[in-house]
Amino acid sequence: MTYASDVVALARKDLLLELRSRDTVPAMLLFVVAALVVFRFALPSDASDLAAQGLLWIALIFTALLGLTRAFAAEREQRLIDGLVLAPCDRSAIWLAKGLSVLAFLALAEAIAVPAYALFFAPVDGALIAAVVLADLGIAAVGTLLSAMAAASRARELLLPLLFLPLVIPIVVGGVGASVTEDPGRYLAFLALYDGIFALLAWATFEYVVTE
Amino acid sequence: MIHARALERRFGDKRVLRGLDLDLGDRETLLVTGPNGSGKSTLLGLFAGLLAPTGGTLEVAVERGAIGYLAHEPLVYCELTALENLDLYGRLYRVPERRERIGMLLERFDLWGARHERVSAFSRGMTQRLALCRTLLHEPRLVLLDEPYSGLDAAGATLLDGEVAALSASRAVVVSTHDPERIDGLDARRLELAA
Repeated sequence: MTYASDVVALARKDLLLELRSRDTVPAMLLFVVAALVVFRFALPSDASDLAAQGLLWIALIFTALLGLTRAFAAEREQRLIDGLVLAPCDRSAIWLAKGLSVLAFLALAEAIAVPAYALFFAPVDGALIAAVVLADLGIAAVGTLLSAMAAASRARELLLPLLFLPLVIPIVVGGVGASVTEDPGRYLAFLALYDGIFALLAWATFEYVVTE
Repeated sequence: MIHARALERRFGDKRVLRGLDLDLGDRETLLVTGPNGSGKSTLLGLFAGLLAPTGGTLEVAVERGAIGYLAHEPLVYCELTALENLDLYGRLYRVPERRERIGMLLERFDLWGARHERVSAFSRGMTQRLALCRTLLHEPRLVLLDEPYSGLDAAGATLLDGEVAALSASRAVVVSTHDPERIDGLDARRLELAA
């Protein structure tokens, strides 16, 4: 129970900070809508729906990256991570709470992005929704760990995309695959497997990222 | 409480601490002085467990939840109120009777009236007093105070004098300061670090 209450306290703090500062979610919303509008005009009128599916995933990945660059901003700017690391709670609770807040911000951005995609490009089916949900879990798990790693570096703006983009290629493959194929089950299972493996790895290694 | 032998800490090529031997008992107070760059903050960071030694040995015989660390930065969230910050840390440190303890500290450090204000609206002195509340919230057995008088006005400094005196009677305290005369009245050992 104490682990869960630590996670709740830390996640509540992150949501409260965002509610007051509005630093992350509005930027993500503006970015994803702007990207879809640009793609709408950039894509030739005779382009297939398959190309549009790919563009949706590009927009989602880069929107997530935008959110992740700010995930540890408060902790980085005033070294607040030291205060959290010194607390006697399990340090993985910091990762889990931050991951949950990243997930919430992503879900908010996608609540706008997916209907916008349906409006501009093609109807959205259940397989796409399921793929987006599973992709979000993986993005939050991996991205939160990498964001914490990058936050400790002076070259964080460069480091985070360099680490994050290669690691989410499987998510793009799984997401696009589930969106375009007749039988999305295989790709959804692949995404779920990715989520499980990387969530476990991130959970187990977070302590070493935030301590010397 | 603290045992250090030939303690060394480097940052890249720069050696900040070298060959430090130290023993500190459960109810001893250590005053760490020295010029800028002599390693005072580094030493407190090592004691807190935020830094690892690059040479020698360091044993701090207390679990991390029993350390109270006042750093250069206040380690409080600017967009949260004083009450929300202390409540967060109180939960993470599993402080018993959290609300009562927080209320008592806020009153003692004269922040009760500002408890619902965001820290971003606080003066430097108020933020430092809140940082002291955070440091003492869980009644730590080892108190590490890095330049605790920084930003405090005369009233705040006098208040802190009393707190440091009370703390040093009942637990291990390490204070780093540029102003050692401030706590001259205490029965404290001194450690002068060279630049």
